[in-house]
Amino acid sequence: MSNVAPAWTALSPALLLGLTGLALLVVDTIRPNARSNTSMALVSALGALASLSVTVWFVVAGTGHADTGGAITLLDGAVKVDTLALFFTAIFASVTALVVVAAHDYFHDHPNPAAFYSLTLFAATGMALLAVANSLAVVFVALEMVSLPSYALVAFLKKNRGSVEAGLKYFLVGALSSAVFLFGISLVYAATGSLIFGEVASAVESLDALAGVAGIGIVMIVGGVAFKTASVPFHFWAPEAYEGAPAPVSAFLSSASKAAGFVVAFRVFTEAFPLGASLAAGIDWALAFAVVAAVTMTLGNFAAAVQEEVKRMLAYSSIGHAGYALIGLAALSTGSAGNEAVMGAAMAHLLVYGFMNTGAFLFVAMAERWGIGRTFEDYAGLARRAPVACTAMAVFMFSLAGLPPFAGFFSKYFLFMGAIENGFLWLAGLGAVNSVVSLYYYSRVVRALFLDDPATPSALDALDVRPTALYAAVVFAAVATVLLLPGFGPVIDAAEAAAAALF
Amino acid sequence: MILEALIGFTFLAALVVMLAPNAWAGRLAFALSAVPFVGSLYLWSRFDAVGNALTGGTIAFESRYEWVEVGGRTVSWFVGLDGISLPLVVLTTFLVPLAILSAWTPVDSRQSQFYGLMLFMEANLLGVFTALDFFLWFVFWEAVLVPMYFLIGIWGGPRRKYAAIKFFVYTNAASLLMFIGFMSLTFALGDSIGSLALPEITQALADGGLETWFGISPGRMAMVAFLATFAGFAVKVPIVPFHTWLPDAHVEAPTPVSVLLAGVLLKMGTYALLRFNFTMLPDQASALAIPIAAIAVISVVYGAMLALAQKDLKRIVAYSSVSSMGYVILGLVVFTEYGVGGATFQMVAHGLISGLMFMAVGVVYNATHTRMVGDMAGMADRMPVTVGILVAGAFGYMGLPLMAGFAGEFFIFVGAFGAPALPYAPVFTALAMFGIVIVAGYLLSAMQKTLFGPFRLETDYEIGPAPFHDVAPLAVLLAAIIVLGVAPDIFFEMIRDAAMPVVEGVSVDV
Repeated sequence: MSNVAPAWTALSPALLLGLTGLALLVVDTIRPNARSNTSMALVSALGALASLSVTVWFVVAGTGHADTGGAITLLDGAVKVDTLALFFTAIFASVTALVVVAAHDYFHDHPNPAAFYSLTLFAATGMALLAVANSLAVVFVALEMVSLPSYALVAFLKKNRGSVEAGLKYFLVGALSSAVFLFGISLVYAATGSLIFGEVASAVESLDALAGVAGIGIVMIVGGVAFKTASVPFHFWAPEAYEGAPAPVSAFLSSASKAAGFVVAFRVFTEAFPLGASLAAGIDWALAFAVVAAVTMTLGNFAAAVQEEVKRMLAYSSIGHAGYALIGLAALSTGSAGNEAVMGAAMAHLLVYGFMNTGAFLFVAMAERWGIGRTFEDYAGLARRAPVACTAMAVFMFSLAGLPPFAGFFSKYFLFMGAIENGFLWLAGLGAVNSVVSLYYYSRVVRALFLDDPATPSALDALDVRPTALYAAVVFAAVATVLLLPGFGPVIDAAEAAAAALF
Repeated sequence: MILEALIGFTFLAALVVMLAPNAWAGRLAFALSAVPFVGSLYLWSRFDAVGNALTGGTIAFESRYEWVEVGGRTVSWFVGLDGISLPLVVLTTFLVPLAILSAWTPVDSRQSQFYGLMLFMEANLLGVFTALDFFLWFVFWEAVLVPMYFLIGIWGGPRRKYAAIKFFVYTNAASLLMFIGFMSLTFALGDSIGSLALPEITQALADGGLETWFGISPGRMAMVAFLATFAGFAVKVPIVPFHTWLPDAHVEAPTPVSVLLAGVLLKMGTYALLRFNFTMLPDQASALAIPIAAIAVISVVYGAMLALAQKDLKRIVAYSSVSSMGYVILGLVVFTEYGVGGATFQMVAHGLISGLMFMAVGVVYNATHTRMVGDMAGMADRMPVTVGILVAGAFGYMGLPLMAGFAGEFFIFVGAFGAPALPYAPVFTALAMFGIVIVAGYLLSAMQKTLFGPFRLETDYEIGPAPFHDVAPLAVLLAAIIVLGVAPDIFFEMIRDAAMPVVEGVSVDV
């Protein structure tokens, strides 16, 4: 591939997303009155799918893979396209496609939906850039490119107080954590004299007196990652933002944006601060991540168990899942052959999570579209009028809980097995306990949908509206969640290959 | 490929029925469910397995495709049959069409979903009995719970939500315990296994492949794994004191679901005990023979006593299942040809008999809308055929010779009485036999009160004979019970062939 086409074509997944966003803006500027929600959604979905197709094609063709000449670096090594980047770009593009399709029905009566689509695609472009970033400077710029549209997206329903409040909270915490992250980067630069990951790594090996400065910098970078992945201690924006934001935005943030935080974490901490060198310098970030993972999964799951609103429950559950995925970093140990297995499992979990969690939030979007309430009680008996959508929701819930026969079981299983293989029995055990807790609150949704009777007979009349595009997105996510179980082999192979390139 | 076709067809049938209109979902489901039954008969006719699938015997209809690899171990789609699993596959495909037929009268809402879930459950049950890879088996094992949860929770009695959630939580917690126990065992096997295939794990355990893992010595690891899996499966069976979910689930479940719950789902537990605990870890099983036999006898006697105290006909049958499963455990733990073989035979026999009892009680309930012993009397006057079959089934439960229950229990007692692996075997056997007396006591007394004497039941409508499609499955089941009682060898021969390697696997010190 790299022998035939110019190297910059390796960036085409990100470019396609960005160009689609620009194209939407152009149309909206030139003919502001002629815009139609349907054509906007269609163009965005096609852009996201084109990006996804190119990414999948690259993965199949082996672009950036060690067999075909290794990673493709551009711009003096500031950008690097490898299997890891492509794997995550596939997650971002899939989630974006699902979200824009669902948004078509969600924003059906919104006066200016074009802004939504272009903001979403710009954020997705930022994520795709994050995935290929090979320099701390690019990481920061791309991170801001994800964050700024996200703030606007959360506050997109500007006449809705909840949405605006959520946007403001998200913005404040985000600005703070950006500052912390940037300061961390500058400290690392001060200690190592470089921003390119590879050069940072070699400098970390001989830090001597500057180890303390680098150490503080690394801790601050951990903080920035914790914000983006909604992990403790920077998690508290998540329930507010996810609850207040329009549900498709919550889906986008909790699936794609979270995965973007993880791609940064995975790449920065394996390539810029390799565990062996960091330990030699007295910086044990794996321990820090182990503590963060343990606290995050426990807090997320236990807080989710006491929620009364489905959307807020899903928000806390997404914090819990961040804790599971952090095992991918926490359970690393120097020179262990199991490192790529556990990190690959974390990546596969994020992919599966991309479908099941997006699907669950899109079901909430459907409930908001119907105009029924937000609590578990409001969801009572929906299965009688909307059996297909409710079956899909049941699939998401059981899969999030990690029950067979759904893909969520497989990815969690691989994750915990990887942790055990690497000697982190306690993390796997804690994860298993948390999964049991999660079954309680996930099954509450299923119980409400299928077993409970609606509060009033007329409560189900709202369901006569059939939002086709939302249905399509939800059903597609459910089918993917089921089919990823038999089809888990290629996914985990690709994920482990991507992880292997990091060590 | 034939097993894939069988399971795949059942899944497809479930999907088709789920999308069918409610009006003829029942008929469609019955027609489609006949196909797997015919298929299982074909399997039976072409069955050529020798020995036990786990201990190196020839596996019938073996088929294996690699799926994924985790931690250096391949996970495969690996299915096949031996003399222990084939009878259970036949039992499953036989009971499901009959259960679907018995649902025509009581199930009057959301039919397509009901029958779709029944077929979905059947597909997963077939997977449980055919899977020979631990991972694949576990996926099917857990997937059975999901349709069951909905079947109880949506179509059940007044306390259905409580019962469904109790069932779900109990069995899921048990599954997790079992899963953790077994996975630790496979970790401790280290490099001596390259896959999670059950035959390979069995072989590695028999060759002493266990290593020290996280500071746990091989002997202790085997014991911990045995206890964890035993407790996990004991909930499913269920064995006293893990039985409390069962009466709730049975009483609230609609009749056809009870039939499958008692007839097939409980057998998942005993099947797994046989496959995992008694085949893979025979030394631990025989070291714990006395406590296990004691639990078995307690299950027999205590279950029967509980049944004696019940007023609800369905609860009586439910508790007597606890009692009958105690016999199966006793048969397994004695490690003799007739003990293990008889236990497996009893699984099939009890599946048919308890299925018949639940179905017959259901038919009576359809007419009377009560199951309380004191509420009615003299039902024999109004529903002579149903009551006749119910009485015959009850005698089958008590172990009337020439019926399947007699053969199963007789094999177990013969095998248990002089068992060398179990100290004080005659005492345990004698105590367990005492259970039969109690069974006779409560069944005869309940029948006396409800079925015979002058008719008495307050209703504002006339009670007449049950419709044909209610009675037909009862008659078919009764016929099967008698056939199996007269000629137990049609299954027992292959069961014995598969059970012998299990018996030989244990090293008896006595």
